[in-house]
Amino acid sequence: MAAKRPARREFLKNTAALASGLAVGAVAPAAAQGPAPAASPASSSPPMLKDTAELIRYGDRSKYVTSMRIPHGGRPTPDTFGLTFHVATPLQDSVGVVTPSSLHYYATTRGSFLPDIDPGKHTLMIHGLVDRPLTFTMDDLKRLPSVTRLHFIECAGNRSSPRAKNVQESHGMTSCAEWTGVLLSTLLKECGLKGSAKWFVAEGAEEVKGASSMPIVKAMDDCIMAYGMNGEAVRPQNGFPLRLMVPGFEGIFHTKWVRRIKVVDQYMINYNDFGHLDQDAKEAALGYQIGPKSVITYPSGSQRLPGRGFYEISGLAWSGGGVIRKVEVSTDAGKSWKVAEFKGTPQRMAHTRFGLPWTWDGKETVIMSRCTDELGSVQPSRVQIAEHFHKPADPSFSVPGLDNSIQPWHIASDGSVTNGYNS
Amino acid sequence: MATTLSAAPPRSRASRLRPAKAVSNCPPVRAGVSVVALAVVLMGTTALAQGPTFGVGRTPSADEIRAMDISISPNGAELPPGRGSAKEGAQVYRAKGCQGCHGAGGVGGAAPILKSKLGPEADTWERGRVLPVRAPYAVLVWDYINRGMPLGREGTLTADEVYALTAYLLSINQVIPEDQVLDRESLPKVVMPLSRSEYALVPDDWKPRTRRLKDYPF
Repeated sequence: MAAKRPARREFLKNTAALASGLAVGAVAPAAAQGPAPAASPASSSPPMLKDTAELIRYGDRSKYVTSMRIPHGGRPTPDTFGLTFHVATPLQDSVGVVTPSSLHYYATTRGSFLPDIDPGKHTLMIHGLVDRPLTFTMDDLKRLPSVTRLHFIECAGNRSSPRAKNVQESHGMTSCAEWTGVLLSTLLKECGLKGSAKWFVAEGAEEVKGASSMPIVKAMDDCIMAYGMNGEAVRPQNGFPLRLMVPGFEGIFHTKWVRRIKVVDQYMINYNDFGHLDQDAKEAALGYQIGPKSVITYPSGSQRLPGRGFYEISGLAWSGGGVIRKVEVSTDAGKSWKVAEFKGTPQRMAHTRFGLPWTWDGKETVIMSRCTDELGSVQPSRVQIAEHFHKPADPSFSVPGLDNSIQPWHIASDGSVTNGYNS
Repeated sequence: MATTLSAAPPRSRASRLRPAKAVSNCPPVRAGVSVVALAVVLMGTTALAQGPTFGVGRTPSADEIRAMDISISPNGAELPPGRGSAKEGAQVYRAKGCQGCHGAGGVGGAAPILKSKLGPEADTWERGRVLPVRAPYAVLVWDYINRGMPLGREGTLTADEVYALTAYLLSINQVIPEDQVLDRESLPKVVMPLSRSEYALVPDDWKPRTRRLKDYPF
C-alpha cells in the first residue's frame, strides 16, 4: 500500500499541471479571435436536446457516445436462425469498474434464443438431496435476505490472439456488474442439505435448458441467485428474471434464466460441461476457477496517442481467486515494473480499475500489466505458462483453462497502438 | 458505494465452519448428544439437521418434481421406458426436420455437426467435439436431444423417438452397429469411444478460497 502513495502524489501533481495547462490553452484561441461580432463566445450555448416523455421515463446516452458491443470473432449474431452467440463489451471505452447493462458481454449456450420470461410465472425449484424440496416465486426470493456485490463474469473463450486488433476483440468477453439477489446457501439451508450432497446441477429455462454441474461447496461459499443487476432487474440477455452467479468461475457456469437446482451426490455431466472434458487432468482442473488477469484499456489497440507527454495508463484487473492485491505496469516491454494505483477498493471476483501516471517520451515501446490476487497467484506471460506445461511457446500453444496471460500493447513512434501479442 | 459494494462478508465462511464448531461445543453429557454430534460429523460440513429459517417458498408435489426433473445420471437411472433403433432414428431425423439445421446425415447444416468427418480408426480427440463421439456417456446424447431438441418444439419428442435418434447418431459415427436397439437397459451400457482412462473431468475436490490447481502459481 505504501508503495502506491508516491505514485498517487505524483499523479495529482501532474494532473494539476495538466489542468492549468488546459485552462491557459482554452483561453488563448478565444482571445486570438479578435472582437466578437455579436454575443460573446462565453455566453453562447450548445444546441438543445429535445427531451421526450419517453426519455424522461427511461433515459438514453448522448448521441456523441457511440460505444457498442460487437459479435465475438466476427461471427454473425443473430445468425440466420435468430440465434445469439457471443457478444463482446467495448472495454476500450470503459471507465470505472461497472459495465453498463446495455454493454455487458453475453453469450448463450451453444447459441440459443433469448427466452421472454414472465417473472410472475417464473419459479425456481430446489430438489434432490435436500430434506425439504422448495419452489420459490420471484416474489418469494425478494422476501429473503439479500446481498449486493460487484462481480465479473468472463467467458472461457476470452483469449487474445495475434488477430485481435483491440481490447474489445482480445478481452471483451468479460464484464463486471453489481448483482443483487439471495445467496444460494440461504436457499439451500432453507431446504436442508443432506449429508450425501456433493454436487448441484443448475438448469436454465431457455429452449436448450442449459445445465451445469458444480461442487456443492461452491454453492455454500458465495453463489448468488441474482434478480438485480446494476440497480435494476437483470436484463433478458443476462438471464431475466433470475441468474445464478458463480463468482470467479468460467462464464458458462453462471446459469441464466435459472429454473431448477438439483442437489446430487455425483458429477452429473451435462452438455454444457462437455467442453470441460480434457485429455490432461491438470488442464481439466483449470476448467472452473479463473486465474489472475489484467489488461490495459488505455492506451490499447487501435487507439492513438496524439503526442509525447503525460498520460494516465488505465486498465482492469480481476481474478477468480478473490481480491486483487497488486497490479504492476511495465512501460518498457517488461524490463521494469511499477506498482499501479487502485481506483476504489478492490472487491472479491470483481473488476478492479488501476492507473499509472506515465510520461511518454515519443519513442517506440511496449506497455503491459500483470496482477497478483489474494491467494498469491500471479498473472503469467504466455511463455511462463508454456514453460510450466513443458511446451514450446509457439503460436500453436493454447493456454490451458481460461487464458489469463499478459497482454502487451505496442506503441509506435507515431503514437499508434497495436496488439503486441508477438512482441 | 462502500456500504452496498461490501467486500467478501465472512458469513459464508462462517457457515461452512459452523457445524464443526457446534460439534466441538457439544458437551458429551449424555449418549444421545454424542450420537447427534457423531451424526453431524458423518453428514459432512454443510449438513446440520435443522428446520427452515424463513418459511418462505412452497413444497412442490412429487408429480411436479417428476415433471420438471429432466436430469439423467451417467448410469441412466432416470431413463424412461421406450426403445428405438438407428433405422427408426433416420426416419425421425427426416420427419422432425433435423436436417434443416444439422444437414442431411448430420453434416452441412448451420447447427453443430453430428457426424465426425473421421471414423473410429482415428484418435477420438482428433474426431472433433461431436457429441455422439466425444460424450463420455451415451446417456448424455439422449439427455441433450430430450432437453433441447428440436428447436422451438422442445419436449415434443416421445421417449421412443429420443432413443431412436440417439441410436441413429451413435450409428452414423460407428459407435454402435446399425441394427442395435437402444432402451433404458442398453443405452447406459454403450461403450463410448473415449475410455475412462483417456479423459479427465473437472476435479471433484475443488475447494473455495484455494488456488485453482495445486502447485500452479498462475
